[in-house]
Amino acid sequence: MSSAEPTRRDFLYIATGAVGAIGAAATLIPLIGQMNPDASTIAAGAPIEVDLSPIAEGQVIKVFWRSKPIFISHRSKKEIDEVRAVPTNTLKDPQEDQARVQKGHDQWLVLIGICTHLGCIPLANQGDYDGWFCPCHGSQYDASGRIRRGPAPFNLAVPPYKFVSDSKIQIG
Amino acid sequence: MSGTSTYQPQNAFLKWFERRLPIVGLVHSSFVTYPTPRNLNYWWTFGGILSFMLVVQIITGIVLVMHYTPNVNMAFDSVEHIMRDVNYGWLLRYVHATGASAFFFAVYIHMFRGLYYGSYKAPREVLWILGVIIYLLMMATGFMGYVLPWGQMSFWAATVITSLFGAIPVVGEPIVTWLWGGYAVGNPTLQRFFSLHYLLPFVIAGVVGLHVWALHIAGQNNPAGVEPQTEKDTVPFTPYATTKDAFGLAVFCIFFAWFVFYIPNYLMHPDNYIPANPGQTPPEIVPEWYYLPFYAILRSIPNKLAGVIALFSSILVLAFVPWLDTSRIKSATYRPIYKWCFWAFVVVCIGLGYLGSQPPAGIYVRIAQFLTFCYFAFFLIAMPLLGLIETPRPQPNSIADAVLKKAKKPMGVIALLGVAVVGLAALFGSTTQASAQEAENPPALKWSFSGPFGTFDRGQLQRGFKVYSEVCKNCHSLKLLSFRNLGEPGGPGFTEAQVKAIAEDFKVKDTNDQGEVVERKGRPADRFPPPFENDAQARQVTGGALPPDMSVLAKARGYKRGFPTFLVDMVVPYQEAGTDYIAAIVNGFAEKPANVTLPPNTYYNKYFPGHAIGMRPPLTDKQVEYTDGSPQTVDQYARDVAAFLMWAAEPNLEARHRIGFQVMIFLIVFAGLLYFTKRKVWADVH
Repeated sequence: MSSAEPTRRDFLYIATGAVGAIGAAATLIPLIGQMNPDASTIAAGAPIEVDLSPIAEGQVIKVFWRSKPIFISHRSKKEIDEVRAVPTNTLKDPQEDQARVQKGHDQWLVLIGICTHLGCIPLANQGDYDGWFCPCHGSQYDASGRIRRGPAPFNLAVPPYKFVSDSKIQIG
Repeated sequence: MSGTSTYQPQNAFLKWFERRLPIVGLVHSSFVTYPTPRNLNYWWTFGGILSFMLVVQIITGIVLVMHYTPNVNMAFDSVEHIMRDVNYGWLLRYVHATGASAFFFAVYIHMFRGLYYGSYKAPREVLWILGVIIYLLMMATGFMGYVLPWGQMSFWAATVITSLFGAIPVVGEPIVTWLWGGYAVGNPTLQRFFSLHYLLPFVIAGVVGLHVWALHIAGQNNPAGVEPQTEKDTVPFTPYATTKDAFGLAVFCIFFAWFVFYIPNYLMHPDNYIPANPGQTPPEIVPEWYYLPFYAILRSIPNKLAGVIALFSSILVLAFVPWLDTSRIKSATYRPIYKWCFWAFVVVCIGLGYLGSQPPAGIYVRIAQFLTFCYFAFFLIAMPLLGLIETPRPQPNSIADAVLKKAKKPMGVIALLGVAVVGLAALFGSTTQASAQEAENPPALKWSFSGPFGTFDRGQLQRGFKVYSEVCKNCHSLKLLSFRNLGEPGGPGFTEAQVKAIAEDFKVKDTNDQGEVVERKGRPADRFPPPFENDAQARQVTGGALPPDMSVLAKARGYKRGFPTFLVDMVVPYQEAGTDYIAAIVNGFAEKPANVTLPPNTYYNKYFPGHAIGMRPPLTDKQVEYTDGSPQTVDQYARDVAAFLMWAAEPNLEARHRIGFQVMIFLIVFAGLLYFTKRKVWADVH
């Protein structure tokens, strides 16, 4: 028989091989899926509430949400004025301070406390910009959490949050 | 692995590579051109099935280790975490746990096949001994794996099996202490077993490599028992053996999947869903089914050292089979007397297995002793003697001859098997009758979730939860469940808002910013808080009895099913012994018969083993208000709360049934395709 001509036998072999391949591929679903976050981990990532009233002006606190450190900074008027005076076109990741806080709550800066370079936790109230300094590779952030110097490519991220009342936020 | 390769790569890179590492040629000569006897029957596909099972166990095992915690305080809960929270965790664990049984089932078929067809005879002695070593390693691995979930059976199996070594004179005690790493089985034991359970499968894989190597040197045995002489006697491994093995494997997988998806707890003991308790031995210690014959041999001998020696000899005797069998004829097909002895031996093994699962008392010890004698007699009397006295039937001149003269169906063997089945049935049945007198069996109720297509009745689960939270909750914890589970798919189907409201009704302990322990409202991610601070407080309140945690209660309870029910349960399939039992206990409170005296603080219950239960009758008619019009009776409460507890114990049951159906359809289609492929491939050989 000519090899160019498909026969019933070829069809049977191809069908068997194809079904076998589908089975092998489907087997990978649980084997790969099991490494994704499990149900308890996802449930533990539910929103958290943080009471802001005990945080004094100038103080930065650290809370955990989804296993990530969240910085909550109670900024002074001076700090806010300072970061708002910086022309955004001089910044590596240009962004207005106003866009990083919620309207009417300018003194509260909420950040995911993870350096955008390689994931270390920057130290508060250090560095040349009245903000954060990352001890791993020397990235420096200002009081708005924006990257000012060093290898980090982006500003510190702002997590999803909302004000439940004037002195309470819900993160997540 | 069989001499020089005929592999001739065409591709320039493969040529270059082959000169440096001839691994493709090795695979080609071992699994493509390798000549395999053309008369191999389906009993020969179990070698491939075993390799497959080893791979399945290693892969699922590695995955389970990613989620398991080998610590006495966390092992049990981490296994439940796998069952409940890890994506497809229930599937991976059930495949691994049931896979151990499938692995042993396949290895027993493989070993019996070797014994029947004389596969251990020259030149395959080393091949056979390597197989015995693999089997020993499998037994060690299986045992240590069984310990890891740290349930009651795990703990007591570890205690009993390690104590075997205590029978050794003088050094026994120090050896046992060394094995434990403490004064008793404990955390060090668990951790070393975990380490070794991870190591040994790779050792097995290594010995399997040697086993296959030796096989490819000696060549495969075959049902005719005469070695291949000409090319007409063999066919190339690929495609002939590969398609046949693949078909055999697919059929095997259908049975395997049946166990995984529909009766995953059939081969497990309910007691192993009770966390290990070093202070209390379960009423009956039973090993996994695959060790039962040896366990029966151990128990049949009323002397510790002699029992242990008998146990180990019963396995080690296998290594000497190549020299114990004095017959030059390989295949039992041509050995009229040996064939009968072989089947009798199979029956003896099954009989010993059954006795191993029964309490060692009365006549059964005598029967076990007789069967133990038969077991050893097969190896030590029948094998050496038959070679001298048996007149073999004429063997075929060649494999090709044997294929042409298809032997007729051996009616004698079928008749013997019939007799054996009746004999075993009588043995099983008599023990069942003896045990049936003790307690009344719970009535088998109808459950919406039973059978391959079963699903939970949402209304029933919600009612059951109501009963739990209004009544059971006051004494019984449900500590493996979180409130969020109540809203997850396959459960009672509460809405997100309802789950939140339920959670807020519970007070959960937490620490505030000042470091003080405070009570706050529950959140969906919280676990159900326990009713008591600790066991001691629970006992104080209840007057002695410890109310068990209810998270896996529906799987941790059951009752003896007896013969032949336990065989029917496999097919039906029946997995509801736990819910039947729970419902029966709730319903089973009755007036104490006059001739029974109860210990203080206990109540008479028809279905509780021993009848004296520490729980006072928990429910009365109309105690819990139902809003959906269901009858507000104790009987209905019992069914609802049992169904709720089944869901609590097996929250992924619906997903299991659904995926099981898909897998079954796939496997049946795939096996069908493989069957026709195999037929096409073999068409010109037959």
